[in-house]
Amino acid sequence: MSILVNKNTKVLTSGMTGATGLFHTKGGLEYGTQMVGGVTPGKGGTTVDVQLENGETVQLPVFNTIAEGKAATGANAHVIYVPPAFAADAIMEAVDAEMELVICITEGIPVLDMVKVKRYMEGKNTILIGPNCPGVITPGECKIGIMPGYIHTPGHVGVVSRSGTLTYEAVHQLTTRGIGQSSAVGIGGDPVKGSEFIDILKMFNEDPDTYAVIMIGEIGGTAEEEAAEWVKANMTKPVVGFIGGKTAPAGKRMGHAGAIISGGKGTATEKVATMERCGIRVAATPSEMGSTLVSVLEEKGMLDKCITKK
Amino acid sequence: MNIHEYQGKEVLRQYGVSVPEGKVAFTVDEAVEAAKELGTPVVVVKAQIHAGGRGKAGGVKVAKGLDEVRTYAEQILGKVLVTHQTGPEGKEVKRLLIEQGCDIKKEYYVGLVVDRATGRVVMMASEEGGTEIEEVAEHSPEKIFKEVIDPAVGLQPFQARRLAFSINIPKELVNKAAQFMLALYKAFTEKDCSIAEINPLVVTGDGNVMALDAKLNFDSNALYRHKDIQALRDLDEEDEKEIEASKYDLSYIALDGNIGCMVNGAGLAMATMDIIKHYGGDPANFLDVGGGATKEKVTEAFKIILSDSKVKGIFVNIFGGIMRCDIIADGVVAAAKELGLDRPLVVRLEGTNVDLGKKILNESGLNIIAADSMADGAQKIVEQVKNA
Repeated sequence: MSILVNKNTKVLTSGMTGATGLFHTKGGLEYGTQMVGGVTPGKGGTTVDVQLENGETVQLPVFNTIAEGKAATGANAHVIYVPPAFAADAIMEAVDAEMELVICITEGIPVLDMVKVKRYMEGKNTILIGPNCPGVITPGECKIGIMPGYIHTPGHVGVVSRSGTLTYEAVHQLTTRGIGQSSAVGIGGDPVKGSEFIDILKMFNEDPDTYAVIMIGEIGGTAEEEAAEWVKANMTKPVVGFIGGKTAPAGKRMGHAGAIISGGKGTATEKVATMERCGIRVAATPSEMGSTLVSVLEEKGMLDKCITKK
Repeated sequence: MNIHEYQGKEVLRQYGVSVPEGKVAFTVDEAVEAAKELGTPVVVVKAQIHAGGRGKAGGVKVAKGLDEVRTYAEQILGKVLVTHQTGPEGKEVKRLLIEQGCDIKKEYYVGLVVDRATGRVVMMASEEGGTEIEEVAEHSPEKIFKEVIDPAVGLQPFQARRLAFSINIPKELVNKAAQFMLALYKAFTEKDCSIAEINPLVVTGDGNVMALDAKLNFDSNALYRHKDIQALRDLDEEDEKEIEASKYDLSYIALDGNIGCMVNGAGLAMATMDIIKHYGGDPANFLDVGGGATKEKVTEAFKIILSDSKVKGIFVNIFGGIMRCDIIADGVVAAAKELGLDRPLVVRLEGTNVDLGKKILNESGLNIIAADSMADGAQKIVEQVKNA
């Protein structure tokens, strides 16, 4: 088991005919993901040949619309690599086509476009991950996004993060300790986005194959505090955390549009304090995410069953 | 992106938001000329810098007559203003706003922000004008009123009126205040603002509702569709290295320390600053080279770090996902050879093509200290800088 994606997930790609989209479509195929086709308005009816490392060629169909692609391929997940000016439109098109899951990798979407997208999605059943995120992976089964697949290993620890590279850092620290991951989800660094920490924590809580969770937050907003309160009230599994940006100055945007301390709100100190109070052990440095989880698992006698790679 | 008050007022004027008459002046003579053209008995001379707290720092003066305008303009132009937002080094005043004086009856606050929790634009208003809204939020939160705006229909007149009544705008001016708010919302959404603050909004003796000050920030992700706003960028107000970095699409922020950092990914870059601090060092910058960096981009990033004379040592921390370690290594080697590496350099590489990356560094003949992990790298660079 896992969350969001598994070996049965079929993925349609907006922007597959562009350089980035094609590169990561190949990455998905190499990992064993069922990449079933692409959507580029005006290129419907054509095909794209993807050359794999083993010499094999996979031919993927291109469609004019997402609805058409979904009907023809049976895709249930949609990933978006189109430039920021077109990304909000692509998300709404995927929602309109009733995709179960939409993952938007695109970075740099205007925030007011995302405000409209959120409004558009109200009352609809689609789950949106991102934008400005690395994607979602269930190790050994399905990789949708830009993360390096080989650092992952199948297992029972869920990872959820606002930052891409910090997710890799955490996963790497787990894998080198033999601890596999059930799924790793990057929710993205934008202030207005699809899924929040709580949405993903709920899924991990309900997934029988996830035994513990690492939650990686950063400065800006109050999503980590809300998630911590939710964990305290509902989570039946241990959660450890990390917050990036302890040393960031107020009022400066630290790369991510969402990573900014404004009006004295959203500081790392505040977040860490709330998380600790809610029973989440927080790693003091980013190098200690793995070891912090190990110590919690040991205390709870869960370490052995979380080690999936000897 | 930030702009000056006078520019913000010009943008607002286009949308019918009521603002006082005023002109920008770059010299004392221009200031006097502007005051003459305005022709009002009272004129306000306002320093234009990208920071709040100008009044308290002596950057805003009320002049009665052209002689006083000249005196104040001479005083303020070229002066370095130190406010709570400029940092101790302050900012030099290079532009003035010469504005008609207003007969202020009462001051209020109106602001617009994108609220993360609701994913919507929220308008805030308060009777406590002239004070920073964060202060009001802390001491008397009951005095801040909010309206969450549905993007499908925009701010509605009833919401604007509700705010106006809540903050006790005189009832004969409620409709004018509501019009003001509706126009402000229109400007905010059409120009892709991230913040719009009118503090103070004033009610005047002659029955007007006006923006006495205006702070507009724009969503940098949306600038591509607003060439007119891009043209308002004032490079004098920005850090030179930050300007240079933005040319290469690098995300760079100057800080006060002495350890230069080059990292891929915003989260990892922040965490790298944190871990340096954790081991007793002080980061000189935040620098995210991004996911798809090229050798040239890495080289430029490295040049920017080396151009900072405060930097006593450099820590490169890379977790290669899409970013291949060999590309980073090539860029580092090229930059170090071009500029001469006169300061300690610690490199931690992990991820895609890590072995190739390490090989390139080892064979470069450069004095590069390799690190096995983030913690190891941070400790090593802190040590190096201490001994330097």
